[in-house]
Amino acid sequence: MFRVTRRYKFAASHRLHAAELSDDENQALYGKCNHPYGHGHNYVIEVSARGPADEAGRAVDLGLLDELVQRHVVAELDHRDLNSEVARFASEVPTSENLAREVCRRLKQNWSGVFGGEWPRLERVRVGETRKNTFEINADEIE
Amino acid sequence: MIITRKVEFSASHVCRAPGLSDEENRRLYGAASNPRGHGHNYVVEVSLRGDPDPVTGMVMDLKELKEILNREVMEPYDHRFLNHEVAPFDRVVPTTENIARDIWQRLEPQLCNEKHRLHSVRVYETEDLFVDYFGDEPCSA
Repeated sequence: MFRVTRRYKFAASHRLHAAELSDDENQALYGKCNHPYGHGHNYVIEVSARGPADEAGRAVDLGLLDELVQRHVVAELDHRDLNSEVARFASEVPTSENLAREVCRRLKQNWSGVFGGEWPRLERVRVGETRKNTFEINADEIE
Repeated sequence: MIITRKVEFSASHVCRAPGLSDEENRRLYGAASNPRGHGHNYVVEVSLRGDPDPVTGMVMDLKELKEILNREVMEPYDHRFLNHEVAPFDRVVPTTENIARDIWQRLEPQLCNEKHRLHSVRVYETEDLFVDYFGDEPCSA
């Protein structure tokens, strides 16, 4: 059994501000990530899929995976303001934990339309916000 | 506990399935189907699972692991054209998956014993693409 991991990149801005908290509480909690005009990151997304190798010696058709991630993740998030341009983050703080969930959800929802058979299966998504911070979620943690 | 040792080799390859047309190979393998070949700096991470020995405090002597990786990976693979010079890639397409499996098969008999077993072989073709192989059969020890 193989796990194939492919890395993608996009750049986006965000601001961490929880609607349920006061301005002072947000400032204390999120620090500079709460600055009012937002800030950006070069995000790195690792997408891992598991499966056996086919007759061509591949566990994942990388052309199909690239197209799926490009269409449903990169094209919709790259050079965007996550808070105001990505529907999910109108009501949810765009932490990288929540971004990992959102990326995983998008891939999972569209997976079977691209990879119809039993394999490959989406296994996990890892989001790197900076070189120092990464956030990983297993696909089975998402409904 | 899992311990991991890394080796790096440089090699060229072509991904073409002999039964397929040029067009089908291009669709399937993309730029990697160029018949003249191209190369990568491959990075291989070999992971073993085991408990540290109560006397030495080690899962495996890394000097010994280094020697095995040199003999089984670096010597056959480094600065070679895989399709022409490294069996089984005269008949098996050298995709990242198949390279990971071949390295597993070369290492597994030497790294599986009562103290530890081979856990995974990770092969980076580039920093943006890597494959983990976990074996398809239980440890041979």
